[in-house]
Amino acid sequence: MTYLAKPKIHHPSLAKNSLGYTRRDYEGAISTLCAGCGHDSISAAIIQAFYELDIPPHRVAKLSGIGCSSKTPTYFLGNSHGFNSVHGRMPSVLTGAALANRDLVYLGVSGDGDSASIGLGQFAHVMRRGVNMVYIVENNGVYGLTKGQFSATADRGSKSKRGAVNRDEPIDLATLAITLGATFVARSFSGDKDQLIPLIKAAVAHHGAAFIDVLSPCVAFNNHPGSTKSYDYVREHNESVNFLDFISPREEITTEYAPGEVRSVVLHDGGTVRLHKVGRHYDPSDRAAALAYLETHRAAGEILTGLIYLHPESSDMHDALETIEAPLNALTDAELVPGNAALAGVNASLR
Amino acid sequence: MRTDVRPDVRVNDFVVKFANVNGSGSASANGLFARAILRMGVPVAARNIFPSNIQGLPTWYEVRVSGDGWRGRRGGVDLMVAMNPQTWDKDVAEIEPGGWLFYDSTKPLPASRFRDDVTVLGMPLTAICNATYTDARQRQLFKNVIYLGALSALLDIAPEEIDRLFGEQYKGKEALIDSNRKAFAMGREHAQQAFDCPLPIRVARSDRVGERIFIDGNSAAALGAVYGGATVAAWYPLTPSSSLAESFQAYCRKFRTDPVSGKKRYAIIQAEDELASIGMVIGAAWNGARAFTATSGPGVSLMQEFLGLAYFAEIPAVLFNVQRGSPSTGMPTRTQQADLLSCAYASHGDTKHVLLLPEDPTETFAMGAQAFDLADRLQTPVFVMLDLDIGMQDWVTDPFEWDDAKRLDRGKVMSAAELEAGRDFGRYLDVDGDGIPYRTYPGTHPSKGGYFTRGTSKDRYARYTEEGPAYVDNMQRLLRKFETAKSLVPAPVITKAAKPTRSGVIWFGSSGAAMGESLVALELEGIHLDRMRLRGFPFCDAVHDFIAAHDHVFVVEQNRDAQMKSLIVNECGIDPARLVSILHYDGTPITARFVIREIAEKARLFNVTPLRRSGAA
Ligand SMILES: Cc1ncc(C[n+]2csc(CCOP(=O)(O)OP(=O)(O)O)c2C)c(N)n1
Ligand code: SF4
Ligand SMILES: [Mg+2]
Repeated sequence: MTYLAKPKIHHPSLAKNSLGYTRRDYEGAISTLCAGCGHDSISAAIIQAFYELDIPPHRVAKLSGIGCSSKTPTYFLGNSHGFNSVHGRMPSVLTGAALANRDLVYLGVSGDGDSASIGLGQFAHVMRRGVNMVYIVENNGVYGLTKGQFSATADRGSKSKRGAVNRDEPIDLATLAITLGATFVARSFSGDKDQLIPLIKAAVAHHGAAFIDVLSPCVAFNNHPGSTKSYDYVREHNESVNFLDFISPREEITTEYAPGEVRSVVLHDGGTVRLHKVGRHYDPSDRAAALAYLETHRAAGEILTGLIYLHPESSDMHDALETIEAPLNALTDAELVPGNAALAGVNASLR
Repeated sequence: MRTDVRPDVRVNDFVVKFANVNGSGSASANGLFARAILRMGVPVAARNIFPSNIQGLPTWYEVRVSGDGWRGRRGGVDLMVAMNPQTWDKDVAEIEPGGWLFYDSTKPLPASRFRDDVTVLGMPLTAICNATYTDARQRQLFKNVIYLGALSALLDIAPEEIDRLFGEQYKGKEALIDSNRKAFAMGREHAQQAFDCPLPIRVARSDRVGERIFIDGNSAAALGAVYGGATVAAWYPLTPSSSLAESFQAYCRKFRTDPVSGKKRYAIIQAEDELASIGMVIGAAWNGARAFTATSGPGVSLMQEFLGLAYFAEIPAVLFNVQRGSPSTGMPTRTQQADLLSCAYASHGDTKHVLLLPEDPTETFAMGAQAFDLADRLQTPVFVMLDLDIGMQDWVTDPFEWDDAKRLDRGKVMSAAELEAGRDFGRYLDVDGDGIPYRTYPGTHPSKGGYFTRGTSKDRYARYTEEGPAYVDNMQRLLRKFETAKSLVPAPVITKAAKPTRSGVIWFGSSGAAMGESLVALELEGIHLDRMRLRGFPFCDAVHDFIAAHDHVFVVEQNRDAQMKSLIVNECGIDPARLVSILHYDGTPITARFVIREIAEKARLFNVTPLRRSGAA
């Protein structure tokens, strides 16, 4: 099913990536979300990341659950197949899709309600299985689409727009993802595209389950004083562990850094993540340290962002299952059906 | 020909039941018993009756030896092998008058524990074992083999067949073969000395098994899935469906291992629950793989929301529902046909699904493969409705067949070349008038054929819309598609009675095992019924026409609420008064005795006697 990329005819002034696609080829339908919704910024970051990664849009499958966040796959990668499934169950649909064809890039988009409330079980298991995917939660601490009820990521003590106080302990999906076996775990903020775009690129290049928890304020229901998921609150409490850039295998690494400034990690596809030191040195490959670091910052009331955990020698579900290299959906009848002679053998063994 | 046979001798026509304790290792000896009789060319109908428990609870194995090849339970027991003190009274009570009771006589029992009208065959099994073996496990295991030896003498089962089976079963483990042989011979000799062997009930070699094979329906379904080209299976353990997924794994290992790389041409996931298993199936099928799940009623209940999505978004999915006693956890190890409505109309909103209704493992294999073609062709979920009786019991059944000329039907999938050539692609566009649109697999073409799949309403080009007319247009097309399905699902098998009659009978699935025999007996009583065995849903016109051509039609089913009758009334616009329910739902497989009694009773009310031919004749 390989197909040569055919660029659309566009205004000649639009810049093209190495495949000849413009940024517009990675866009989708016009967003119908509220003006200022954090989710739209994440869509923009996804568009930019895939454009820069030179991935043909049709080789991406984008899947989501239900929610404002889960609507967004309509608003990017318009030529990709998309699947807006049921509330909280995108992980299983994505898993099935990934089983059928290991050659596509799988992008799962979900909300905090979708992943941490109704879908927590599937969230857990998709990480455990190491499905090769990028899983983005657009985290606003509320159910946007059903008008502002608290979700399971809402912080204890945070206030709803109507003044109700959340009494329950929040679920930290990044912490959870690490303990569940995700091999790439990051957190970012919809308002920080300089951090988010390289994180998405690195997550795509990563082989295995990559999870990004993106704080994404809901301007309609959770952007008021007393909320811990508002633009102001996130900006004030954002504490990034590192600043990174991603260099694809085709790019040449030109800039030189002083020793100790940058740590480079080569990923599965040959791309390189360069982690720039922010403050003290942070080692994202140390799982126990990553968890401790998350916990310390949580206790201090800070929102830790950046690439928090990266297991460079990761494997994925297909490696574990030992499936053949060819996509299962491309196998021929002859490769699938044993035929009548084999059946005669089965019959003989049953007499 | 033997001329010395006593009038009470019954050759190849009796029921033996083994009452055992779960986990005592009896299953293997009991299985050998059934297979040895089969090897003598005599058909058996064998059933495990087991608890939802791993060790210590009662379990039974019932073997009906039937030279006529009747596959249902007969009801009643001629020889009880009572190895479980816990169930003694119940087991003894079940023996037919004039029958036999075989038991372990090591510990003497008071006369009050026996019956006057039953011949008692006591054998000190425990004492024999304790004298022969020192190891506790051996004492337990060989007790089973010793009674097998005794039964071979009592019932005239050819010892050489058992011997051969030992050889096959323990191939390469000479010590085991040897010790089994010894225990078997010990039991056989003991019985020959102690009893008047053989009993009037006995086995004689015959040629009634022929080419038929001995296999359970879950294995057959799994093999069907292999032949149907399934590559993705996602499941969650649930009795009585688990062995289907496990069999699929075993057959795939055998038939789907890439000979060069040693890697797998399949993927099996034990999901975290049934929501996830159906989600994975839908994801895989959406992405162009053939995918299925195996489950039972409780699992289907959990899948409801996803099934609505698959119906509305038109995703092929195959579900094997091995039905069990319901509702709720119900009777997990007992059989029923009680999920017809919950599958036919699964999910919220206006939904209808395709059901296939196999009657035995042979048909389960065929329909198991066909389900994938139908799902792809119709782009919708397809249920293969087994039940515990078909799924978990070994049946004597026709050998599996496959036509090598057959190609998998992947349905309407638009290729990159077609898209490139400019063919119009509307995901929900009814180009051919059969209600079935074209789909594309993800990743097909860089700029054409991409679309967004959603459970919300959409127009013919898959664009989101909440416009009423567009919604209705789509729902109407789905109905058209369901009409198309009528001609694609397996048609009912209709057979005329020996004499013209105004009455008929309908059945489906595992009830068939009791029906052939019932109809013969009813005919002897003068009750003639035209027959229709349903094999699929939606119903084609023949179903309506059959009912319309009769005054009364009995509908035999294994549930309380007459679900098939409801389905027929609802879908065929039939006057419910024409349909007379025969319902069996205590968790045991329906028996011929039950069907004969119930139909005969009700038939008298309707005066169902053969029509006198009018005119000259
Ligand atoms: C089974 C089911 N229950 C409830 C809903 C209603 N519902 C739709 S979206 C949503 C919450 C979405 O919250 P989140 O995932 O955080 O997305 P957001 O809108 O905040 O981006 C709920 C409860 C549903 N669609 N399906
Ligand atoms: S309700 Fe909130 S989450 Fe939904 S679109 Fe509006 S701002 Fe975004
Ligand atoms: Mg939310």
